[in-house]
Amino acid sequence: MSADGKFGDYGGQYVPEALMPAIEELTDAYERYVLDNEDGFMDDFRARLRDFGGRPTPLQRADRLSERYDREVYLKREDLLHGGAHKLNNALGQVLLAKYMGKERIIAETGAGQHGTATAMACAHLDMPCEIYMGERDINRQRPNVFRMKLNGSEVNPVTVGRGTLKEAISETMRDWATNVEDTHYVIGSVVGPHPFPSMVRDFQSVISEEARTQAREKLGRLPDAVVACAGGGSNTMGAFAEFVDDEETALYAVEAGGSTLEVDEEAGVAPNSASLTTGTEGILHGARTRLLQDRDGQIMESHSVSSGLDYAGVGPELAYLVDTGRVTAVNVDDDEALTAFHRLSQMEGIIPALESAHAFGYLESVVGPDAPDSEEADDLGEYVVVNVSGRGDKDLESAIEETYERDIDIAPNMDEFTGGL
Amino acid sequence: MSLEDAFADGPAFIPYLAAGDPDYESSLEYVEALERGGADIIELGLPFSEPIAEGPTIQNAVVRSLEGGMTPTRFFEFVEDLDVSVPLVCMTYYNLIYRYGDESEAQRASNTSGETVSNGPRPFVEKAAEVGIEGFVVPDLPAEEAGPLREACDEFGLDLVFIVAPTTRGERLDRMMEQVSGYVYVQARLGTTGAQSSVSDQTGSSLERLADYDVPKAVGFGISSGDHAERIVASGADGIIVGSALVDIVAEGHENGDDAETVADRLETLARELKDGAVAGASQRPPHPERT
Repeated sequence: MSADGKFGDYGGQYVPEALMPAIEELTDAYERYVLDNEDGFMDDFRARLRDFGGRPTPLQRADRLSERYDREVYLKREDLLHGGAHKLNNALGQVLLAKYMGKERIIAETGAGQHGTATAMACAHLDMPCEIYMGERDINRQRPNVFRMKLNGSEVNPVTVGRGTLKEAISETMRDWATNVEDTHYVIGSVVGPHPFPSMVRDFQSVISEEARTQAREKLGRLPDAVVACAGGGSNTMGAFAEFVDDEETALYAVEAGGSTLEVDEEAGVAPNSASLTTGTEGILHGARTRLLQDRDGQIMESHSVSSGLDYAGVGPELAYLVDTGRVTAVNVDDDEALTAFHRLSQMEGIIPALESAHAFGYLESVVGPDAPDSEEADDLGEYVVVNVSGRGDKDLESAIEETYERDIDIAPNMDEFTGGL
Repeated sequence: MSLEDAFADGPAFIPYLAAGDPDYESSLEYVEALERGGADIIELGLPFSEPIAEGPTIQNAVVRSLEGGMTPTRFFEFVEDLDVSVPLVCMTYYNLIYRYGDESEAQRASNTSGETVSNGPRPFVEKAAEVGIEGFVVPDLPAEEAGPLREACDEFGLDLVFIVAPTTRGERLDRMMEQVSGYVYVQARLGTTGAQSSVSDQTGSSLERLADYDVPKAVGFGISSGDHAERIVASGADGIIVGSALVDIVAEGHENGDDAETVADRLETLARELKDGAVAGASQRPPHPERT
């Protein structure tokens, strides 16, 4: 990464002029507090991650999956972090940074609600007022998380423009920031947006791979052959990969949401997937040059995923760069495979994963599952595989019920006997 | 006529409308009505799906225009179909400029891996120059990232207008002023676009900061009446930029099902009020040492 936040041609700072001073102020704060540990910021952050957040999270051997896939499968249990997802690492880091910067108000956007929940918790913990923008459609899909944000004292502002998902919520939060930039910090929830956000969020999340690396050495006496993580915006992905990037012997797999199909409906402006690494093209959105789901004119497409946390038309610029340079392999699984994996992990390991994380498990099944064809990919995955369980699935139960009703998931419980109804 | 020339005979009135809002034909009439009302330059919005610098009024205009089928190609046709003689400025977001002409049909057909060949802003600027656009305003392109667009503008003789925010100071202001041409867009207050009932008091201090730079200063964000226009120009602005108050008229006409001619008349009336206000404001100013 260069000083201006470029990853190859990706990254940069494409934002309205009113925000540029805030971006400069944040860049300065990032360099001083995060990179140089001024005033012991990083020590404070690490202590809070441990005592409030519950780190380190375990690296657990998945016994039955290891048997099923005929290799050693280890789970990095970010679902056990306080709040139930990796999102707290970043939210706590940014809210604490805002505090060190003397900001008085926090705003954030959220898709699935995990980032909003984490931000709301961090704000309550650090006594900062917080407003969260969330697409109306996502509010309906993620009611428990909306309630959790409110429980923690945050305001939730519904976003009704467009299709009412993460993309619109980000635009709306940027508008708020442009209006209140002098006393407000915008906690971006992923490794997206203008510099320094992609680098800063990666640094806050890199505790995942830092721990996983140490834990792998302790437990396995070696580094894993592969690390697999789901990728929407890419924050858990970059967190799980960051400390492994220089370990060339460890393969890195970013699993995107293939949605219902990788085909794109240009006419309707709809990509029925969120696979911007796999099918996207280079462009500029929400402050950065990166890979995007866009039509031939450069209009941003509506994305889709069974998992609202992956439902975003862009991806972090560093991840796009690592894919372009061949260090990270971008793959994808569709909605059905992800939902099936959601049921499988729940049944075989007693872990109900977030639908986001289920994509990572869907990839394992498609490559090394009992019905998978022999492939080079299977060999590449190697003997020791770490899968990042980015979050737990409690938040997804309502949509999992609905989606399971609608689909023919052969390993799912018999939904006709399910008495909860729709 | 160049953009800077439009400021030669007194304060410039610079209205904005989104091209194609609410439909192609009506929009042509509306833009032409602005010239009849006294526009000196017209900012024409090319709608982008994620207009992060805009408030609800222009966001909704963008949605209407996109739903009506507006595209960059169609936008250039629109400019060619317009019967106006004042200079036109294209206001849009960088992705549309950056992506234009990136891939041929054949390349796209054979391109399943997602690889793209990016030509950058040059093809868009070339086409804009060809249809008669005089300059650009790109709200999400700060001076730091503007090099390639500035270069293309220089090649084809177009102006690049930058927005100065109330928060822009020091080195950033210098960097921007090195690249700006045509006029500088002075953002009257923080936030997004949108008509306001009162004029921001941040305008005066913004204009003061810019006093030493020799480029016309046009103030926008929140101006909605002749009275606003008068006060802004009286406080030292060389021009006024008005978007949302005009777009509101288009929106209202669309919602009420009014015919295009009636809506165009209303636009012309407000335009004239704004222009007259600006002219009245100019008469209250002390004479400009360099322009008398």
